[in-house]
Amino acid sequence: MAEIIEKLITTDEIKTDEYLVNMGPQHPSTHGVLRLLVKLEGEIVHNVEPHIGYIHSGIEKMSEALSYPQIIHLTDRMDYLSAHMNNEAVCLCIEDALQVQVPERVKYIRTIIDELQRLASHQLWWCASGMDLGALTAFFYGLRDREDILDIFEETCGARLTLNYSVPGGVMFDIHPNFQAKVKAFIKKFRKILPEYDKLLTGNIIFQNRTKGVGILSKEDAIAYGVTGPTGRASGFSCDVRKHHPYSAYPYIKFDEKVGTDGDCFMRWKLRMDEMRESLNIIEQLIDNIPEGDYALKMKGVIKLPEGEFYQRVETARGEFGVYIVSDGKKNPYRVKYRSPGFSNLFAINHIAKKWKIADLVAIMATFDLVIPDIDR
Amino acid sequence: MAFEKYDFTPLTQAIHKALIENVSPLLTLIIEWTIIGVLFLLFIAVFGLLLVYVERKVCAAFQQRLGPMRVGPWGLLQTIADFVKLLMKELITPKSVDKFLYNLAPFIVIIVPFLTISVIPFAPGLQALDFDIGIFFVTAVSSVGVIGVLLAGWASNNKYSLIGGMRSGAQIVSYELSVGMSLITMVILAGTMQISEIVEMQRGGWFLFKGHIPAVIAFFIFVIAGTAETNRGPFDLAEAESELTAGFHTEYSGIKFAFFFLAEYINLFIVSAMATIVFLGGWMPFHFGDWAGFNNVMDFIPGLIWFFMKVFGIIFLIMWFKWTFPRLRIDQILTLEWKYLLPINLFNILLMATMVLLGWHW
Repeated sequence: MAEIIEKLITTDEIKTDEYLVNMGPQHPSTHGVLRLLVKLEGEIVHNVEPHIGYIHSGIEKMSEALSYPQIIHLTDRMDYLSAHMNNEAVCLCIEDALQVQVPERVKYIRTIIDELQRLASHQLWWCASGMDLGALTAFFYGLRDREDILDIFEETCGARLTLNYSVPGGVMFDIHPNFQAKVKAFIKKFRKILPEYDKLLTGNIIFQNRTKGVGILSKEDAIAYGVTGPTGRASGFSCDVRKHHPYSAYPYIKFDEKVGTDGDCFMRWKLRMDEMRESLNIIEQLIDNIPEGDYALKMKGVIKLPEGEFYQRVETARGEFGVYIVSDGKKNPYRVKYRSPGFSNLFAINHIAKKWKIADLVAIMATFDLVIPDIDR
Repeated sequence: MAFEKYDFTPLTQAIHKALIENVSPLLTLIIEWTIIGVLFLLFIAVFGLLLVYVERKVCAAFQQRLGPMRVGPWGLLQTIADFVKLLMKELITPKSVDKFLYNLAPFIVIIVPFLTISVIPFAPGLQALDFDIGIFFVTAVSSVGVIGVLLAGWASNNKYSLIGGMRSGAQIVSYELSVGMSLITMVILAGTMQISEIVEMQRGGWFLFKGHIPAVIAFFIFVIAGTAETNRGPFDLAEAESELTAGFHTEYSGIKFAFFFLAEYINLFIVSAMATIVFLGGWMPFHFGDWAGFNNVMDFIPGLIWFFMKVFGIIFLIMWFKWTFPRLRIDQILTLEWKYLLPINLFNILLMATMVLLGWHW
């Protein structure tokens, strides 16, 4: 009997067949219409093949037929949780091409909104990944606290999600008189809430067992796959555009670039939590020092970029977002290419999810913080 | 004692007597069975709906929401409305399912709570079946439910269902051990498996307090393993929404889905009721030492109310788990059982046996 069992184990005869499971396009943990073709053996993931294109909206192609101020509005719809950062990237690119200097006030306002948006995005990420790991209550906590930021946005520019706040040469409206007071109140409140988030999930033993050592992405792999943002930094890849290529008001302020070491799910989680704290510090440095002045430059009615190629990158909540505009001197761009962080990040999943369980795949996806329209564009 | 006046035995005896005097014994038996059957049917339907409502409200409280508020006062009629909706829904049978097993599974799952509930004493004299292997009957019957879950997962011809079914098979079979063993620990203390006697023995003090440390350990293990056996969070791997959409009951709709749903909640009730009976004295009122005045006041509360107060306390605890903890992974769930709970349990049985032998308990 013992011999038979030994033979079975050694000759792979006991092995079960691999089978394919379609996770998505409709699946609760893909947070959108992402389809992962997962090859499983029992519970163990052998291969993950992302199939994208279910929400492809042709934004880059559409941009070729639109004028420069118009294409900004499309960028909201890509990474809708980093709407303002995307807007800002295009605006910075256009301003850079026209070689105009925006007023200092604009830089400050843009940076504050950037960081608020990063906070809102990380909050949503926090609550949604809590939900993916089975802690449903986290979802409601995160959404409840995110409302405060959205209210500030609504008062500032009328929109809550797709802000459309940045325009070439400045911002669309000046900040609301309540803006500073409300942001300060929010910071004060949120500093108390963050430890609560940690108590609910980060310190939980089940949570730590689910994430520690799971889905390790090495620094070399992170660089090779072009993984940026908190996900890349958790692997020790220092890639913060705010630090390395500062734009807007980032050169004026002091902040730490959080870089992790382990590259596992827990590190990615902790890094984003730390980033939320850092964002609060950044806003605190700026909020009292917003200089007086114009909130926008007077631009020409029709913006025409000089002939040439222009590239601008910013740090969104998900990583490095690049705008590449090729202009032939007309009022429409000749070609626009967006480098979206989600697209590069997504394809590292296959590499790190192998040999882990199907529940770990969900944890890995949750800590990668994928926004599907950002991947598909 | 004062609470003896809430005893249901005279009532049941009177009904039996009235029947046996007027009709033949066979007819009496049939009528009594029918009455009990209808009562249980009503109880399961009503209590299941109530528990769904309670869960929604408890969950809402944890999540800083109000929960259902629209249908009826405080949303009381919401679950009834939902149930009516489920009743009227089309029963979709996917194309390539194993039709016989697919249709059989929900019935197996719903039969289990009906069987188990029969031995539960709700109040003095209010127990349908009382025989000398009551505890054994509960553990034996409650393990039938896993067959239904496995069948549902297998027959649905859906990979998610299959994974869910297999997960819950592994999980329930493992945790059944812990449930059984923690019950055995208490059976050693009680010296009987007859449920009415176990309750009666706790007249002087609940087993949780009577049995020292082993009883407390057994209680914790029972609650953990009971939560796992009912497939509730953080052990809800079988339906793990974010991984398997709905696990083993993905392909079920309408009333068949409602069966799974109802069975889950009634199982929750049964686990809580068993914990109440074995550890918290069933319908026995809470007594504290020599405080005669306090004890008399406690005695005025009917046994039925005591029973449900305790049951709801444990149900609340189990709901609390679900709405606070993240979900475990399948290997972690099995590690917890086989590497921690089971050895602790075995040691605990020894400890309890030693204690009973040496007469260290009160």
